[in-house]
Amino acid sequence: MKTLFDKDTWQEIFSSIGQNKVRTIITVIGVLWGIFLYIVLSGAAKGVDNGFERQFERISSNSLFVWGEVTSVPYDGFKTGRSINFKLSDVAALKNRIPEIQHIAPRNSSGVFGGSKAQLVNGQKKGSYNIYGDFPILTTITTKNIFEGGRFINESDIQNKRKVCVIGERTLQELFEEGETPIGKFVRINGIYFKIIGVNKFVDGGGPGDDGDIFLPFTTYQRLYNTGEYVDFLLVAAYPEADIVKVEADIRAVLKELHHISPIDKRALGGFNIGKMFKQITQFASGMTFLSMVIGLATIIGGIIGIGNILLISVKERTKEIGIRRAIGATPKEIRTQIMLESVFLTVIAGIIGIILGALVLSAINMATKNMTDLPFTNPTVPIPYILGALFLMVFLGTLIGLIPAHRAMSINPIDALREE
Amino acid sequence: MGKNSLQVLKGINFKVAEGELVAIMGSSGSGKSTLLNIIGMLDVANEGTYTLDNVPIENLDETKAAKYRNQFLGFIFQSFNLINYKSALENVTLPLYYQGKKRDERQEKALNYLEKVGLKKWATHLPSELSGGQKQRVAIARALVSQPKVLLADEPTGALDSTTSSEVMALIQQINEEGKTILVVTHEEEIALMCKRIVRLKDGVIVEDTLVNQKKAL
Repeated sequence: MKTLFDKDTWQEIFSSIGQNKVRTIITVIGVLWGIFLYIVLSGAAKGVDNGFERQFERISSNSLFVWGEVTSVPYDGFKTGRSINFKLSDVAALKNRIPEIQHIAPRNSSGVFGGSKAQLVNGQKKGSYNIYGDFPILTTITTKNIFEGGRFINESDIQNKRKVCVIGERTLQELFEEGETPIGKFVRINGIYFKIIGVNKFVDGGGPGDDGDIFLPFTTYQRLYNTGEYVDFLLVAAYPEADIVKVEADIRAVLKELHHISPIDKRALGGFNIGKMFKQITQFASGMTFLSMVIGLATIIGGIIGIGNILLISVKERTKEIGIRRAIGATPKEIRTQIMLESVFLTVIAGIIGIILGALVLSAINMATKNMTDLPFTNPTVPIPYILGALFLMVFLGTLIGLIPAHRAMSINPIDALREE
Repeated sequence: MGKNSLQVLKGINFKVAEGELVAIMGSSGSGKSTLLNIIGMLDVANEGTYTLDNVPIENLDETKAAKYRNQFLGFIFQSFNLINYKSALENVTLPLYYQGKKRDERQEKALNYLEKVGLKKWATHLPSELSGGQKQRVAIARALVSQPKVLLADEPTGALDSTTSSEVMALIQQINEEGKTILVVTHEEEIALMCKRIVRLKDGVIVEDTLVNQKKAL
């Protein structure tokens, strides 16, 4: 340990590795490249991971959509080809029978999955947009960004069947003058006046929707479109710890029972499992992280083998020098320590430079992708323990590989070495 | 031990007193280098004893041999054997480095010995910038710096012209005059005559051991 902190030891090491600078630098680049790849790849993989997470941050990651389609198997006295329409009562039944469900938002819509878009008119301006009938519970599953001064639909709107609406950002641009405040103003939807209570800033984040969407209270929508107790689709959020795949299976089973659908009918219910997709993407991202670590580590090992190789050559070249050192009193252990320290030193230097370069490249990538919110890539980072782990591994491997040339150096017989001309 | 072992020395029995300057002579293959290697603890005899300054040199492992070499012996080689990327001064400090001496002490001692061999001005020069005679003088300074009991010189003038040879031998004589015990392996009669005693080896045995009238090198 004493030799490790001795200035003279290091001077010896510097002067011997400084002998063939070009070769030393090239060797160091081998390891440097390895750790650089390790840092950049695993950082990028983390960036992708973060990016996907950001894409889903608008919606509960353990949620799913389910809707009725058309039966394909005759069952319970019904023939095939029957359209399935959910009812509001299904919501309570599902919540009662499946304890893993946290929230259910029943939704009606027109224009998205069928039906015609709503016609909005404000004075001379008009446009047609997708329209939804929603409960306030929706916002606990998928966040809505309402511009300042406005609000989303609330319980009171539902109870009083108020003729209020939340419009989209694009709707605002298309129907109003620039700078005009829409809150409290009235627009005609399919000929009926609605008061605007909020403007929704659309952020893509799983599930349907665009920046022109109009939201009405569910009960108002019922009256406007005469939908009765029917529900177009359900947005279900399970508790975070629930297995979303199992929850989906349970939901389908209950719905099939309630709507007299054959258990083997695969087409009667449509659905989209965000939780499952999220899980798959997360697994994909962690697979990428793993892969990048493997590539990085393999490259590091390759580089370190290169160091061992070069030191072996250098020991061969320095046979005579080592013989001289032995003759004037260097113990075999001192020779071994010197060669091993050379190996470790080169590895660590390469490691540190590689980490710095990798971090610089990652921060450059971060700068470049900062404003690209569509790209599933953000904030590429490598956890400090990973870096320290890699560095530690490098020191370990550097020591290990250094043993080979060190042993070779140690076994040099001073007589033979000095006889060599 | 190699596959073909060869008995080189066949019974050597000789003593060197403190302060002697002994030439070991013999044609090639006579065993003079092997003898020097055994004295220098670079090689070990199959049998027999070796006592240096009343210390029996036995059970030598590599580490022990290295320590003894460092403490007791100074080597001078035919081909100088300086480390070519180290300056004259650094070469001279090296034995002290392996003795674990402090840096300042090393520098000071090494400079003293470089001055002694007349090369203080050349302290920062690399071996490649020195002449043969200068290199050998650096090597002598290096051999002396650890204040060894015995100086072992293996053909110290073998690579030098006659004028430089004389200069180097004069230095060796001077060191001997100061009381250092020195063994010189040589095959040159002229060099041997500059010593005080000549031991002649032939086929692994001592055939002649005589005191001579030392001839001054310069």
